Amino acid sequence: MPADAVPPDALRFSGITKIFGGVKAVDDVSFTVGAGEVHCLAGENGCGKSTLIKIITGVYQPEPGAGMEIFGQTYAQISPTQARKAGIAVIWQDLALFAEMTVAENIAFETMLGNRPRAVSYARLHRVAAAALARLDVELDLDARLGSLPIAQRQIVAIARALVSDARLIFMDEPTASLTQSETDALLAVVRTLSARGVAVVFVSHRLAEVLEISSRVTVLRDGRLVGVFPTAGLTQSRLTELMTGTVITHDVMARDTGHNPEVLRIEGLTRAGEFGDISFTLRAGEVLGLTGLIGAGRTELCHTLFGMTRPDRGRIILNGQDLQLRSNRDAVAAGIAYVSEDRLALGLIQPQSIADNTVLSVLRQITGAGGLLSSRKKDATVSHWISELAVKIGTPADAVSTLSGGNQQRVVLAKWLATRPKVLLLDCPTVGVDVGARAGIFRIVRALAEKGLAILLVSDEVPEVFLNADRVLHMAGGRIAHEWDPRQTGLPEMEAAVYA
Amino acid sequence: MHSFLRAYPTEAKLLAVLILICIGLSIASPDFLTLVNFTSLLNNNAVNVIWAVGLLVVLIAGGIDISFAVAASVVQYLCVYAFAAIGGGNWAIGFLFAGGFGLALGLINAFLIHQFRIISIVVTISTFNAFFGLLMFFSSGRFLYNLPSWWSGRVILWEYQTASGTWAELILPVLVMAICMAATWVLIRRTTTGRQLYAFGDNPEGARRAGISIGLMQAIAFGWCGMMAGIAGLMQAHITKEVVPNALIGRELEVLAAVVLGGARLGGGRGSVLGCFLGVLLVAVTQNGLNLLGVSPYAFKMVVGVIILLAISTSNLDPARLFVPRKGRNA
Repeated sequence: MPADAVPPDALRFSGITKIFGGVKAVDDVSFTVGAGEVHCLAGENGCGKSTLIKIITGVYQPEPGAGMEIFGQTYAQISPTQARKAGIAVIWQDLALFAEMTVAENIAFETMLGNRPRAVSYARLHRVAAAALARLDVELDLDARLGSLPIAQRQIVAIARALVSDARLIFMDEPTASLTQSETDALLAVVRTLSARGVAVVFVSHRLAEVLEISSRVTVLRDGRLVGVFPTAGLTQSRLTELMTGTVITHDVMARDTGHNPEVLRIEGLTRAGEFGDISFTLRAGEVLGLTGLIGAGRTELCHTLFGMTRPDRGRIILNGQDLQLRSNRDAVAAGIAYVSEDRLALGLIQPQSIADNTVLSVLRQITGAGGLLSSRKKDATVSHWISELAVKIGTPADAVSTLSGGNQQRVVLAKWLATRPKVLLLDCPTVGVDVGARAGIFRIVRALAEKGLAILLVSDEVPEVFLNADRVLHMAGGRIAHEWDPRQTGLPEMEAAVYA
Repeated sequence: MHSFLRAYPTEAKLLAVLILICIGLSIASPDFLTLVNFTSLLNNNAVNVIWAVGLLVVLIAGGIDISFAVAASVVQYLCVYAFAAIGGGNWAIGFLFAGGFGLALGLINAFLIHQFRIISIVVTISTFNAFFGLLMFFSSGRFLYNLPSWWSGRVILWEYQTASGTWAELILPVLVMAICMAATWVLIRRTTTGRQLYAFGDNPEGARRAGISIGLMQAIAFGWCGMMAGIAGLMQAHITKEVVPNALIGRELEVLAAVVLGGARLGGGRGSVLGCFLGVLLVAVTQNGLNLLGVSPYAFKMVVGVIILLAISTSNLDPARLFVPRKGRNA
C-alpha cells in the first residue's frame, strides 16, 4: 500500500435489520468503524447491541438488503469463519479461555487447531505468544496456568489470542465489568496501543466514563434503532445517558439531613490487621451512608466483618445500643444485618433456581407451617409481597432467575435480604454490570427503603453514585476513613479529586 | 526440578508419598526392597496401568468411563472366537484384533454420548450393563481355556536369578504397558489433538467456539480408552491363560480411583501419564506392603480407600497456604 493511500474503513455496514419472531431486534442500523479507530457501541440492555455484533461476526444473517463491507471488501453473506478470516475477533464477557492450560497455550491456541493431528512445538507456542504480548507491550509469565491469573490478566490473554489470529477489528464485550480501577487503566492503555498499531476496537461498556475516555466516536442504539453516531469530544455522561435511554435522568443530589434520626449502628475503632484499621462511624435509621474509595481500600473487607464473615481484631459493633459479637453471618442475619454482595451473579443468587425459591432462601425458617415443613401458602405470600414491593418485572415466580435482566436480578437479591426484615442493609456495589436505566431504578428503591426507616450502607467505587444517592459520604483509603463529606456542601469534583488522588 | 514441581505439583507430591511409603516398608519388611518383589509389582500391575492411561484420556476430555473393564472381557471373548475362526493368529493379529474390538466398543460410547447428548457417566453405566449382560448371555458364564498357544504361552522379556535362587523376571505385559504409556503421552502432550482434548475438557464451550470438533474429541477420547481396554484384556488373558466372563468386572472403580489419585480431575482438563502410573503404583505398593506385613487381605480395600480419600482431600490443599491466614480478594 502506498504511504499516502487512506486505508479502507474496518467496517461499513448499512441497512442492517434483523427480525426475530416478528419483532425487529435491529431496525435499519448503519455501523461504520474506521481502521484503527476505538469506537464505542452504546445502548441499554436489549437495545440490539448483541444482535448487531452477532450479525457482524456472522452468527446471525441479517434480513435481505443489508450492505456489508469489511476492510473494503463487500460480502453478500458472512459466516463466522469468513468473519474470522476477514480479521474480526470478539472477546466475550466469559472469555472462552482454558483455565487449566498455560498462558502460552491459551494465546497461541489457534496454532493447535485442525482435525488432523500434528506435533505440538512448545517452542513455537512460546514464540507466537511472546510476539502477541509484545505487540500489546505487556509481559506475562507464559508458563503460568491461566486459572492462576487475575481476571484482568486473563483479559489481556484473550486480546493477545485475538492478535494471534491476525485480528484487525476486535469487539470487546464489557471488558472492564469486573476490573479494578488500576486494572481498567491498564486495559485502556492496551486498547490505545492496539489502536496506535492499526487495530480497530469496538468497545461495549456500561461504564460511560470509560467510553468517553477511550473512544473517538460512539454509536448509540435504542430499541433496535440507530440514535446516531457522535464524536466523544464534547459529549458528557449525562448527555450520553439521555441519548441511550431517551429520557432525561435527573442528576440531583438526594442527600437530606438525617442527623436527628435515631442511631441504629455505631462502629467504634473497628480494626482487622492487614485489611482496615480504626474505623468509626454511625449509621442512623432512614439514612443512606455512602462508602467509596478505590478497590483495595478495604471496603468489601469491612462489609465482610460487619456481616460476621470475618472477625475484627479490635473495636466494637453496636446495633441499637447493644454490643454485637458476630461469630458467623447467621448471627448477623439474626441481629438484623443484611448484605447484598458485590458479585451477585456468583454469590447472591442461585441462577438455575426459580425466582420464588431465591427470594425465600434466607427466610426458609419463617415460612414453615405445621410440623416444620415448608408452607407453600406462606412462601407464595412472601414472594408476591416482595415482587410487587420492589416492582420486579417477571413472567411467573417459577421462572429461573437466570431468565431475568441484570437489574431485575439485583431486585431479587434485594428481595431475598429484605425478606429477613433487616435493620441495616449493606449494599456492596449494587450497580456493577447493570445498565444506566436500571441503575436509576435501583437507587429509587434504595431511597424508598430509606424513607421507610432502613439504615443503608451504600458501597460503591463510582464516586458520582454515592455523591448523588447518599446522605453522607465516607471516603476509605488504605483501610482507614480518610474523609467524611456532606454532598450538599462538598462538590463532586472535590470528592473525585480526593478519591482518585 | 523447579519447573517440574510447578507444572506437576500433584505428581511431585504423589512421588514423595510413594518414596516415603517405600522407605517405611523396606524398613518394616526385609522382603519389600528386593528385585523379585519389584518386578512382580510391575508384572501384576501392567494391566491396570494400561487401563489407567486409556481412562486418563477420557477424564482429560471431561468425560468418565465405567464400561472399560467389562469391555475388556467382551474383547477377550471376541478374540477367542475370532482367533479360532482365522485358525490361530499370532501376536500382531492379536493386538490388531484386541485393539480394534476395544476401539469399536469405545466408539459406541462416544456415539451415544455425542449423538444423543447424554452425559458420559449415564451412557457408560448403561453400556457397562449392556456389555456385561450380553457377555453373560452369549457365553452362558462359560470359562474358556482353549487359548492359542502364542497367547497363553508365557513371554519372558528378561530374567535374572538372585543370590537366594529365586528368579526375577519381566513379562510381555510390562513392555506393552510401557508402549501404551509412551503412546498416550505422545498423544496428549505432543500432538495438537491431545491439546485440543485438554481444552475441550477444560472449557467445552470455549473449545467449540474456537472451532474444535466436539464429536471428534469424544470419538478420540472414548476410542482411545476402548482400544487400551482391549489391549489390557489381551494382556490379562495372557497372564491368567484363561478367559472368565466376570473376571474383570469391578476393576473399573479401582482403576478410576488410581487415575484420580494421580491428579486427573473429574471435571476434565487435567491429568498426566506419570500421575496415572504413580497412582496405580501407590495403591499397588500399599497392598503389597500390607501383604508382606501379614495384614489380612480383607483390610486392604479399607486402607486403600483411606489413602485415596486422604490423597484427594489434601491435593486441594496448598501446603504454603496452611501457615498463612487467608486474605480477602481485594486485600
